[in-house]
Amino acid sequence: MEAFTTHSGTVAPLDRANVDTDAIIPKQYLKSIRRTGFGPHLFDDWRYLDAGGLDVDQSTRRENPDFMLNDPRYRNASILLARRNFGCGSSREHAVWALAGDGFRAVIAPSYADIFFNNCFKNGVLPVVLKEEEVSALFENAGADTPLRLTIDLAAQSVSSEDGLSFAFEIDPYLKDNLLKGLDDIGRTLEHVRVIQEYESRRRSEKPWLFRTL
Amino acid sequence: MSKNTLFDKIWNEHCVREENGTALLYIDRHMVHEVTSPQAFEGLRMAGRDVWRASANLAVPDHNVPTINRLAGIADPVSRAQVEALEKNCADFGIRLFNMGDPRQGIVHIVGPEQGATQPGMTIVCGDSHTSTHGAFGALAFGIGTSEVEHVLATQTLIQSKPKAMRITVDGPVAPGITAKDIVLAIIGEIGTAGGTGYVIEYAGQAIRDLSMEGRMTVCNMTIEAGARAGLIAVDDKTVAYLRGRPYAPEQADWDKAERYWRSLVSDTDAEFDREITLQGHAIRPQVTWGTSPEMVAPVDAVVPEPEQGANSEQVTGWRNALDYMGLAPSTPITDIRIDKVFIGSCTNARIEDLRAAAGIVKGQRLAPTVKLAMVVPGSGLIKQQAEQEGLDQIFRDAGFEWRDAGCSMCLGMNADRLEEGERCASTSNRNFEGRQGKGGRTHLVSPAMAAAAGIHGHFVDIRDIQER
Ligand code: SF4
Repeated sequence: MEAFTTHSGTVAPLDRANVDTDAIIPKQYLKSIRRTGFGPHLFDDWRYLDAGGLDVDQSTRRENPDFMLNDPRYRNASILLARRNFGCGSSREHAVWALAGDGFRAVIAPSYADIFFNNCFKNGVLPVVLKEEEVSALFENAGADTPLRLTIDLAAQSVSSEDGLSFAFEIDPYLKDNLLKGLDDIGRTLEHVRVIQEYESRRRSEKPWLFRTL
Repeated sequence: MSKNTLFDKIWNEHCVREENGTALLYIDRHMVHEVTSPQAFEGLRMAGRDVWRASANLAVPDHNVPTINRLAGIADPVSRAQVEALEKNCADFGIRLFNMGDPRQGIVHIVGPEQGATQPGMTIVCGDSHTSTHGAFGALAFGIGTSEVEHVLATQTLIQSKPKAMRITVDGPVAPGITAKDIVLAIIGEIGTAGGTGYVIEYAGQAIRDLSMEGRMTVCNMTIEAGARAGLIAVDDKTVAYLRGRPYAPEQADWDKAERYWRSLVSDTDAEFDREITLQGHAIRPQVTWGTSPEMVAPVDAVVPEPEQGANSEQVTGWRNALDYMGLAPSTPITDIRIDKVFIGSCTNARIEDLRAAAGIVKGQRLAPTVKLAMVVPGSGLIKQQAEQEGLDQIFRDAGFEWRDAGCSMCLGMNADRLEEGERCASTSNRNFEGRQGKGGRTHLVSPAMAAAAGIHGHFVDIRDIQER
């Protein structure tokens, strides 16, 4: 996994609460059996005027000029700003693959749905939690003619802009460490193979019915 | 005296090790479907890893499977590739699969309990948010992402920090005609779609105790729609009775021991919860969602709200966007909303009891001429067989409903079943998000009886009026 230390980039403001995973990546793209290729379909229903799908030629589709990501100011954005409960709905990790695939390294919102939040950390995407009023302040700045640029420093747990905005954020130490080092969870867990095996054999003798072969 | 919640008991029992507040949790059962697993198996192959305990896994294709002409196979090559990938992965790694054509095939969250593969006290995960369904059995069950699917396959564990505990008590009884779906929609209307974020919710109270196991599964299923990680209901006689004789339930030699353990799976009387909420069961009326989030819900005898009444500017905007998308004017009586399609199905409401409730309303009636399509999609092949033995399929067919094969179907429209732009649907599923049932489609979430009645009348009706007649 790609490590996340510090990141500077343009902020794309998505002024909505409860943005769900169906909106982030519509279901027709979940048929892919790969982890890549989802980027152009991020927010697909909002982003294009024509319906899309894995069997539709992407070059024939018209962009929706009213959607934020099609605004020239935000085309190269790498930090997504949103309102509360971002990523609610399904468990599909495709939502994070689509964000990462479209060049987003971080999201900033007041709160996230639990599964989406976890999925971010498995893909080197940092979900930053700021207070409602801090997020509102960022929205005010992000709508200006010159797009807002922010620097996110994970080690220092801070978000700041060149013209003096600066906010601190909290993060679980385990998740932070993994992201800073770009560590692979499975590899870390397998360092404890013995402990898992011991637990399992104890459990097998105490509750044998749990080990019935399906 | 100990003061443990049911959640504490299951959590503690599965904690393999702990470090800085992060637990390594042992997983007893892993359910697999075709959409969220291919990349996980691919990851295992690339890292040269094997599956830790193949027999802990149960796989079934559900999201992409066609619900008609099944013998012809899957027409869409992309859907077919995904189902074939599941077949190959299960064969390569030795995982039990109920494939299309097997009568046990169905929606993963319906198949697990039906087979007795879901048991009290287990930790159960699946790459699907509605894994919360299995919590109805007093199991800690939650949805995970694909990276975590790979982690469970490779290590039989998950790295988790412990959520907080909430108890929602629904004092009973509820009024006649009120179903599990109405109860859970009323709860979501009360606490909001993020109300449960960071929590595991235990449901308690007479209204919950009175529910059948099917109804409890409906409540736990939609727990994720309240943002919570998992729903839980304590074990009682109904739980034990449901499991007896199921194919994968404990064998005779182990049954007594298992049952004794299961019956300990209740919260201690003086257990403390981080948050407690109480609802009065008798106040719950039949529920209909009017917006694009399950929290945008109203009783059937109410009207669509005025966005200006929203609690804050964010809600005002949210409600305005929702009404715009739904093509509804503020103050419209819910019973004036006309529908184009009916969908009775999904892991929320496609069990035998749901089909019986809908058939009870439909019997001897005809679909309203303005309704273009009404489909009934049983949750599993076995439920379909059971319903046919009871003659429910004939009741539906006589009324003009289509009787389909088991799968997720129009709950999310990954197969050929979906809404067209602007079409309005009375649906027994769990999500009314924009585009959920098809781009531009408009979904109203209701109970099976309410969906059936809307099909007959062409608009929403108060089920209590019909049942009194
Ligand atoms: S029925 Fe719907 S909610 Fe349930 S698993 Fe299938 S797609 Fe998901």
